[in-house]
Amino acid sequence: MRGIRKRFGATLALKSVNLSVGAGEVMALVGENGAGKSTLMKVLSGAHSSDGGSLYLDGMEYNPTNPQHARESGVAMIYQELSLVPHLSVMENILLGIEPSRYGLVQWKAMKSKSIEALSAVGIEQVDPELPVNQLSIGQQQLVEIARAVALDCRALVLDEPTSSLAAKDIERLFKLVRRLSSKGISVIYISHFLEEVKSISDRYTVLRDGESVGDGATLEASEAEIIALMVGRDVSELYPRSDHLSSDTVLEVRNLAGFEKPRLASLQLNRGEVLGIAGLVGAGRTELLDTLFGLEPVTSGEVRIGSYSGVADPALRWSQKVGMVSENRKMQGLALGLSVADNITLPNLAGLGPGRLVFPSQQIAASNRWIEEIPIKCQSTQQSVGDLSGGNQQKVAIARLLHADVDILLLDEPTRGIDVGSKAQIYKLIDLLAIGDAYREPKAILIVSSYLPELLGTCDRIAVMSRGYLSEARPVSDWDEHQLMAAAIGQEQ
Amino acid sequence: MPSKSLKSLIKSSAWVNIGARFIALIIVFLFFAIFVEDGKFYTLRNLENIVRQSSVYSTAALGMTFVIITAGIDLSVGSIIALAVVLVAWTLNIQIDGASGEIVYLVHQYPFLTPLLACLFAILGATLVGLLNGALIVRLKIVPFIVTLGSMGIIRGLAKGIAGERDIYPPEETWIDGLMDPTLTNKAKSWMLLPAGVWILILCIALSSFILKYTRFGRHVYAVGSNEETARLCGVPVGRTKLFVYGLTGFFCALAGFMQFSYIGGVGQPTTGIMYELFVIAAVIIGGASFSGGEGSILGTIVGALIITILYMGGQQMGWPKWVQEMVIGGIIILAVAVDRYRHRRMA
Repeated sequence: MRGIRKRFGATLALKSVNLSVGAGEVMALVGENGAGKSTLMKVLSGAHSSDGGSLYLDGMEYNPTNPQHARESGVAMIYQELSLVPHLSVMENILLGIEPSRYGLVQWKAMKSKSIEALSAVGIEQVDPELPVNQLSIGQQQLVEIARAVALDCRALVLDEPTSSLAAKDIERLFKLVRRLSSKGISVIYISHFLEEVKSISDRYTVLRDGESVGDGATLEASEAEIIALMVGRDVSELYPRSDHLSSDTVLEVRNLAGFEKPRLASLQLNRGEVLGIAGLVGAGRTELLDTLFGLEPVTSGEVRIGSYSGVADPALRWSQKVGMVSENRKMQGLALGLSVADNITLPNLAGLGPGRLVFPSQQIAASNRWIEEIPIKCQSTQQSVGDLSGGNQQKVAIARLLHADVDILLLDEPTRGIDVGSKAQIYKLIDLLAIGDAYREPKAILIVSSYLPELLGTCDRIAVMSRGYLSEARPVSDWDEHQLMAAAIGQEQ
Repeated sequence: MPSKSLKSLIKSSAWVNIGARFIALIIVFLFFAIFVEDGKFYTLRNLENIVRQSSVYSTAALGMTFVIITAGIDLSVGSIIALAVVLVAWTLNIQIDGASGEIVYLVHQYPFLTPLLACLFAILGATLVGLLNGALIVRLKIVPFIVTLGSMGIIRGLAKGIAGERDIYPPEETWIDGLMDPTLTNKAKSWMLLPAGVWILILCIALSSFILKYTRFGRHVYAVGSNEETARLCGVPVGRTKLFVYGLTGFFCALAGFMQFSYIGGVGQPTTGIMYELFVIAAVIIGGASFSGGEGSILGTIVGALIITILYMGGQQMGWPKWVQEMVIGGIIILAVAVDRYRHRRMA
């Protein structure tokens, strides 16, 4: 790809991108959110056309006009969100659009044998090709999607953030598969936020910043710090500010809590002025724990005590007890993307924005503007739809909501998932400030669930680990390192 | 990013949205004003007729706007209107024992209070079935389409049952019959400028716009429709919001029922208002609401109702056969939504 340009209206999404991948090479494409990675890949896969520059595939000029054309030319994309048809069988998904047929009738036998071939190429030949896809695990579904690319006989495979919803075991399996495919001569473009992954999987890397390729090289020769510096264009040595937190009285106490399936058994104490982290694998029950605390899921045994109250709760009650939650899935649950920034920030606490049960838009805007400046959130105005903001700013809106509601207890589920480094740094700083408190604001109690261990080690005062629905005792952060956290997460005794 | 700010200005500005619809309304109106012979279409009398005719749809569409903003749908509005019409006529037909033992009509005994009682019954009945719709949707977690598809039949049946499967003719004309009387040709009522029913509609427009924009309930309606999960997370009473929205639709259908009763000449016709749900839904959608929820406005809905009424009446006055009219209105609905989708894609 040489000098690729893409313009949306007056916005230049891609200024000048040069990128090349050899046959059988794994190339990591890294960059902050909004750097243009997705746009670039959409140009490559034919979803957008470029406004300048040229693309070459196997030395031939390549101008995909639509995704179908790109697939026929041998370029396959695996998106972050899986794009399988949930109710259809594995084999129908693999061969969707290229079903073997005669006179318009599907050749079921050929379909089955072809799909088994593709499944064994990605190493999951044990999966029944007639099973509906929605009965497979997320990790298996992703492999089915790669099998679809294999069935196409693709020459270039693009993986966009493929590990964001996978557990460690599935990630390992995916990496093995990527290496196997590249050894067969398939070129792989691997897009990721996780530099650890980039280091372990790729041969070369290219860094994209503000729509330009700003650097590339062999992965082995570059340090993580160098790559980060290229991504942000500045040095982020102090990503995790940490002040001394003064932990005081217990504001949230959980005793032997169990929900429907998860959590099975969880106890914890959260104090004012501290940041408590919960580590664990995806699926260990961390999100379910927060949902249960917040009254989104029922308590089946044990108790959650906030102040003197330990009865049945729903989210409305929790907000009134000054507890707020940021959901791990901001698109599905966290935010109303079609509504404005002001509406999203003020939703849990519309009281006081007008007399009685009235809500005055002018007061909604004033209340929101305060947080837009203080956090800060980058947006055109308080009336802009949240869906138009970048991931990092969306997440800051979700957090601003808790501040607007003036909560004492913040439950944050994966607060920095899928957002750029700059926003991450701002959120870490905000968490630190909230835990300290100041003359106008009492220190808050903060509970963070995260899969990103450096983040937990960098921001928390104490960390507990959840494994298969059981929550360990919380220990001071100085007692933990990444290996110990991982060992505890997969259930190894130390 | 200068163009982005312009884009978001256009996108966020409700006024541009409404403005585009007003332009469509004016174009449709001009079309008939030019092509209906002798300028009959833009006489004051015809304009009044358009407003009168659109009032029934508009009033019912107010409730439907709330419902569609929550990403719901109510197919039973036509039936609820019929129920209200029948309940009014039924009450006006109540007979009691008179002073000297003979049987007299209640309405003859109390000529002013009986119609009030009739309206009260109709409002109670219609609001109640609306709330029942909501309760079934919330409690049984069945999608609104199915619940109201079922209740459309149930409520229509109920209306027919109460009326004994025939039209009820009240013994006396009351002020309800005069709700939609024209004021231009009627000297006695010309001081009102517009028919009483239209004034009721205007009041309801102001009220529901205010509720949607300036109350907690109104903001909750948008939140539930835009993302129900987010609303729940933020402590919005999702179930109660939906329940109210369907109850409100029932209430507005009762008012639409009074207008319909007057419009069809004061008869308790249990078969009235058939297919109205389609006109009402079309008005809301042409008015800019989205079936996926979170979008829509009262003013847009009113413009939508006017567009449909003008098409309908203009077609009649042009002498189009009924089948042409039906096809034109159907086509306009699809066109309106297609233009909207196109606009959304461009903005995205």
